[in-house]
Amino acid sequence: MRPTAPLILAATLAATAGLTSCGGGSGSDPDTVKVAYNRSTDNKIRFKDNHLAEVKKQFEKANPGKKVKLIPIQAQDNDYATKVQQMMRSPKTAPDLVYEDTFRINSDIKAGYLRPLDEYLAKWKTWDQFVDTAKAAAKAEDGKTYGVPDGTDTRGLWFNKEIFAKAGLPADWSPKNWNEILQAARTIKKKVPGVTPLNVYTGKAPGETSVMQGFEMLLYGTGEAGGNPLYDPGAKKWVTGGKGFSDALGFLKTVYSQKLGPDISDALDPNVGTTVFSEWLPEGKLAIALDGSWLGQNWLKTGGKPWPEWSKTLGQAPMPTQHGQAPGKVSMSGGWTWAITAKSKNPDLAWKFIERLQTKDNAVTWDIVDAQIAVRKDVAQDPKYTSSMPGITFFTGLVKHTHYRPTTPVYPQVSTAIGEAMEAATTGDTSPEKAAKSYDDQLKSIADGATVAAGGRG
Amino acid sequence: MATATKVAAAPTETPARPGPRRGRPLRWLPLAPATVMLLLFLGGPIAYCVYIAFTNMQLTGASSTDFVGLDNFQRAFGDDDFRNAVVLTLVFTLLSSLVGQNTLGLALAALMQRASRPVRTLTGSIVIAAWVVPEIVAGFLLYAFFRREGTLNALLDWLGLPSQNWLYTLPILAVSFANVWRGTAFSMLVYSAALSEIPKEITEAAEVDGAGGLGRFWHITLPMIRRSIGTNLMLNTLQTLSVFGLIWAMTRGGPGNRSQTLPVFMYDQAFNKSLIGYGTAVALLLLLVGAVFSVVYLRLMREEV
Repeated sequence: MRPTAPLILAATLAATAGLTSCGGGSGSDPDTVKVAYNRSTDNKIRFKDNHLAEVKKQFEKANPGKKVKLIPIQAQDNDYATKVQQMMRSPKTAPDLVYEDTFRINSDIKAGYLRPLDEYLAKWKTWDQFVDTAKAAAKAEDGKTYGVPDGTDTRGLWFNKEIFAKAGLPADWSPKNWNEILQAARTIKKKVPGVTPLNVYTGKAPGETSVMQGFEMLLYGTGEAGGNPLYDPGAKKWVTGGKGFSDALGFLKTVYSQKLGPDISDALDPNVGTTVFSEWLPEGKLAIALDGSWLGQNWLKTGGKPWPEWSKTLGQAPMPTQHGQAPGKVSMSGGWTWAITAKSKNPDLAWKFIERLQTKDNAVTWDIVDAQIAVRKDVAQDPKYTSSMPGITFFTGLVKHTHYRPTTPVYPQVSTAIGEAMEAATTGDTSPEKAAKSYDDQLKSIADGATVAAGGRG
Repeated sequence: MATATKVAAAPTETPARPGPRRGRPLRWLPLAPATVMLLLFLGGPIAYCVYIAFTNMQLTGASSTDFVGLDNFQRAFGDDDFRNAVVLTLVFTLLSSLVGQNTLGLALAALMQRASRPVRTLTGSIVIAAWVVPEIVAGFLLYAFFRREGTLNALLDWLGLPSQNWLYTLPILAVSFANVWRGTAFSMLVYSAALSEIPKEITEAAEVDGAGGLGRFWHITLPMIRRSIGTNLMLNTLQTLSVFGLIWAMTRGGPGNRSQTLPVFMYDQAFNKSLIGYGTAVALLLLLVGAVFSVVYLRLMREEV
């Protein structure tokens, strides 16, 4: 035993040394930009991958010796965010450039994961082309800008005109209030059996999809608390106890308990968003979908589910307010931005890649292939953009009535709490009022007491 | 940790033994690598975990991490969802580990002992195949079995029985069954080994004395494999308490939180709600639940023998 002891000791020391060197070194290559982005969980959809690969080629050609390393993360939005946040915590894994959802960016800014871009933006002429709301999308509470948006989106009702014809409903349908939506859904349920009348996203699993497309499209249509039913930006307080909140949950309860929506277990499936555009709508199984402006991209020839007839089959209508109160229509907008991480070792090179992404041609191409609503004035006027897809003028028109989500760091947590309230009301586990109450309780702890009652302001 | 303490305690025993004094540190040397590794890779993370549980660390939304004392634990005990998760964890453990895996494993082992060789080999390999399949694959297989268009409902339809959406109506039962399906092989192996250790003479003697099959099982077999039962129960329970992948793949803790056991709750808090501190505190509490079970089993085993 004894003669071997020094040997083992030596081996241990060597192993430990190896481990330490793994931990300490391995800094990033100064000539490589690491770009992390989310890849669609639908394996047929690769718009972003293809576009980034193309820009990467341009970039490497224009900057000899420099390299771009694309890091696709194929995951649901929530899991993508978790993964990227974990990567950004350590300088060893932090990418240089990340694709950040505007609703989460403030949270990540607060966590110190991102780097302000003001010095770059000041020297960048193209920034003047961005509309003001877009410029504000990635502006933090400290007044600095942390991300460059590459497009936005709006939301409304998509409906299948063929099913509508069978049910005797008009092809230019435009509901004036929530009740008219429910009426149409009931008519379809009665006259066209086997078809799901209406899809409104709900529950925890679809993540922000259900909260924004489903719940907030309803909540912001109640017009409660002076048009800011979630968060009062003036008082910097979150709104509790709103009647609009329980009304919106009540709408979901009506849809799902009266079986006007898809089967609850389908609705609570994390992949329901993909199912809607790849199966239910093209196969004529769904009559009305409350969904986003980008759906059309999936049905292009290059899309995940080519469906050339969609522009004839589907119509669009704005989402009405609860009782038709002014302005009569409601929409929500989000969008994604490119941001440079705080732990990036090549911020200058990363910025150059952002500039490359935002050359006018690349920006136009991106907005077209990803069915984004343009946030740049020059792009919005480009004939290639305006003629890119049927319906694009309809959804660009909704920008007037659109709302943006509260840009505060705790929003993602609030969003999770809303998802839970939705799920409880949808499954019928609790009444809408009780679900709203338990949301209020969670909100108080999330916002650390910075809440204000909806009724209190009249 | 236990191994580490044992290792550290070793040098104190040496003075009793004869031998050259300078041998003492050298005697410890071969164990040093193991000690260092254990401290580094087992002790380190546990200590870090304990530290985080007392902070308000977040994955996003806050840049600083502060020490908050017992806040996370207080919050857990006041949290309806946490209590729901504890209850579901106990139901899940009781159903799938104690009742399911353990009893079924013993029954299979006992039956297999009497079966002919080919039957034994065949059954053995089928049951063990379920155990060898990786957890996440098993999760998807059982998801496919229980889902609305799945195998189970197809079978029920074929038999003319009413089908239902199992993952929606009875999620905790579905995941419990999945865990039984997956974990029974382990119990079966343990019990097969234990049963084959029982000397033939004793069973034969009991048979001569007129004991029937059940009597023999109750009076001879069970007492003789008591130790194995204890070990098996403990291993099963601890394994079941920490089942995550299976439930995550099948239901993600839903619908609502009707199948959200503690590990799923912990993941949800730490990574979906970004509350790493709170999630870690729940992890420590889970450790505590496991410790309570272990202590009970160890007690039982000591008293019985």
